[in-house]
Amino acid sequence: MTQKITIEPVTRIEGHAKVTIHLKDDGTVDHAYMHVNEFRGFEKFCEGRLYFEMPQITPRICGICPVSHHLAAAKAGDAITGQTPPRPASMLRELMHMGQIVQSHGMHFFELAGPDLLLGFDAAPEIRNVVGLIGANPDLTIKAVQLRKFGQQVIKTLGGRKIHPVFAVPGGVNKALSVAERDSILEGVDAAIATTQVGLQIIKDWAEKNMEDINKFAVFPTGYFGLTTRENGLELYDGNVRLISREGAELERFPIANYLDIIAEHVEPWSYLKFPYYKKMGYPDGVYRVGPLGRLNLAEKIDTPLANEELKVFKSLNNGKPVENTLYYHLARLVEVLFSIERIRVLCEDPDILSTDILNTRKDYKGHGVGVIEAPRGTLIHDYTADENGKLLKVNLIVSTGHNNWAMSNAVDSVAKTYVKGPDIHEGMLNRVEAAIRAYDPCLSCSTHAVGQMPIQLDIVAPDGTLMKTITRD
Amino acid sequence: MNKPKIASDWICGCAGCHMSLLDMDERILKVVELADLRATPITDLKEPDVSGVDVGILEGGVNNSANEEVAHKMRKRAKILVALGDCAVFGGVPAMRNFCGAEAALQRAYVEAESNEPGSQIPNDPELATMTEARAIHDVVPVDINVPGCPPDADTIFYVLAELAQGRKPEVKDEYLHWH
Repeated sequence: MTQKITIEPVTRIEGHAKVTIHLKDDGTVDHAYMHVNEFRGFEKFCEGRLYFEMPQITPRICGICPVSHHLAAAKAGDAITGQTPPRPASMLRELMHMGQIVQSHGMHFFELAGPDLLLGFDAAPEIRNVVGLIGANPDLTIKAVQLRKFGQQVIKTLGGRKIHPVFAVPGGVNKALSVAERDSILEGVDAAIATTQVGLQIIKDWAEKNMEDINKFAVFPTGYFGLTTRENGLELYDGNVRLISREGAELERFPIANYLDIIAEHVEPWSYLKFPYYKKMGYPDGVYRVGPLGRLNLAEKIDTPLANEELKVFKSLNNGKPVENTLYYHLARLVEVLFSIERIRVLCEDPDILSTDILNTRKDYKGHGVGVIEAPRGTLIHDYTADENGKLLKVNLIVSTGHNNWAMSNAVDSVAKTYVKGPDIHEGMLNRVEAAIRAYDPCLSCSTHAVGQMPIQLDIVAPDGTLMKTITRD
Repeated sequence: MNKPKIASDWICGCAGCHMSLLDMDERILKVVELADLRATPITDLKEPDVSGVDVGILEGGVNNSANEEVAHKMRKRAKILVALGDCAVFGGVPAMRNFCGAEAALQRAYVEAESNEPGSQIPNDPELATMTEARAIHDVVPVDINVPGCPPDADTIFYVLAELAQGRKPEVKDEYLHWH
């Protein structure tokens, strides 16, 4: 008898997803799906709004990484009006973005994924959460809270609020940084680095003890996609996009304005989240991964010293070839936190960060613009077309988590096949399936600007389609 | 005395209100001391206790059939229901969809978008929720306490939770309606 298990909602991820696992007669997994189950429709209801409203409207796509949408929208605005921001404005935007990477990645590692790593995949669900962490390791939890606070404070210092800041405008930013504000940011850098290094040690120790899991938990080849510096260094704010093959060879390098020539989106009937892929190779051969693992696979170096040392360790994991293990997303994420904190110091020590030359007021109106940024979860694209009055005619958004949709779906299927076997289904087996999604740190609100909600429930269905049993965590 | 049980969920919102909750920083330890956090998006219980919780919190409005189920379940199981943030209180930015309608928005996203494969169709698997008008929580179920803001400030959320955890009814006014 075929059975279907539904996990709903998937917890400790942003948004709502549900997983269905279809079992064969012998209790082994036939196929598992991740369904992203919400749709909001920003692309349509933003039509008719003015392009300069978008840095305020689109952050409401996601409250975890609102800065990504805020900045991508402002960058699309820069292109629409032909107002290239002055250097200090770009630096201030990047500074805000680095604050966001620290808070978003930091929260994910310690508060969302941490309970699996520190308490165990099989710990009781009642305690397998941040409250359980407080009980198990209060000092570490406080430090993690403070790391997130450091990142959020950078955002608030610049944009007045920690969530949905008001800062970037087409052509620049609306506020300069004072000496006192800069010094206050710099004061927090050392402690933030120290906490991140503790996190790095945790994930390395965990990896050593759980090498078997790491090597059988959703390991598969894909391409990798993201921004890069001119010398192929790690880049999170600006630049050209680079796409490499599963072997690590460069396939494309292009300015984001050309994205429609390079990628397209596939739609499946069972998910509101679309599946982007590399057009030349088609779907699904042309699928690729983004976010921390993808970016470190793309990067040949990191331009800050501590993170660069960690990159060398990362590169050694697969002898210089792309690292394919889903669980190494956790390591890559912390390497990026380290880079972002070091980058905050570099930016704050540059005299231009205090400049009041923060807005280019000379317009050369084009009416079309594409903005891009490396959001915490991967490459975020905002594409706007406006009429001569600045009213938006078309909006197209390709959001970070979307690029990883195929990979997450494949990881769910792969982990289910590796760890789930009937008829005796344990909660811990199902938690591993969720952990496969968690590793990608999906932001389903983002991905379903479009979609927003991601719960999990397990339905066990007979081969004839009859629902046998539903397991929810209750 | 047992600690009051609190459950929360996010539906048609952006998670920003829950992030603002986390922005209370070290004070989260105080909340954990005062209350028993049950099913929330950042814990692993999947739904509010069948036996009921003292306080249920919903972030986001209701714009599809799955959200409706979550709202009804939370209302049924929570003694006090809190609508957290502008989407829950008024519908918020997602309610802008009502101007064009869900069907036109689906058509744009899955059929017309420039990056879509030719021939793409609107997802329609029975596993997926069906779209409705975007509404505030009080349009769907009765709400006891409304906490507006996009998002509400962390100080406001801390005040509301601390009052509820100690059996008092918070009054969200004056400085608690100041959005930094």
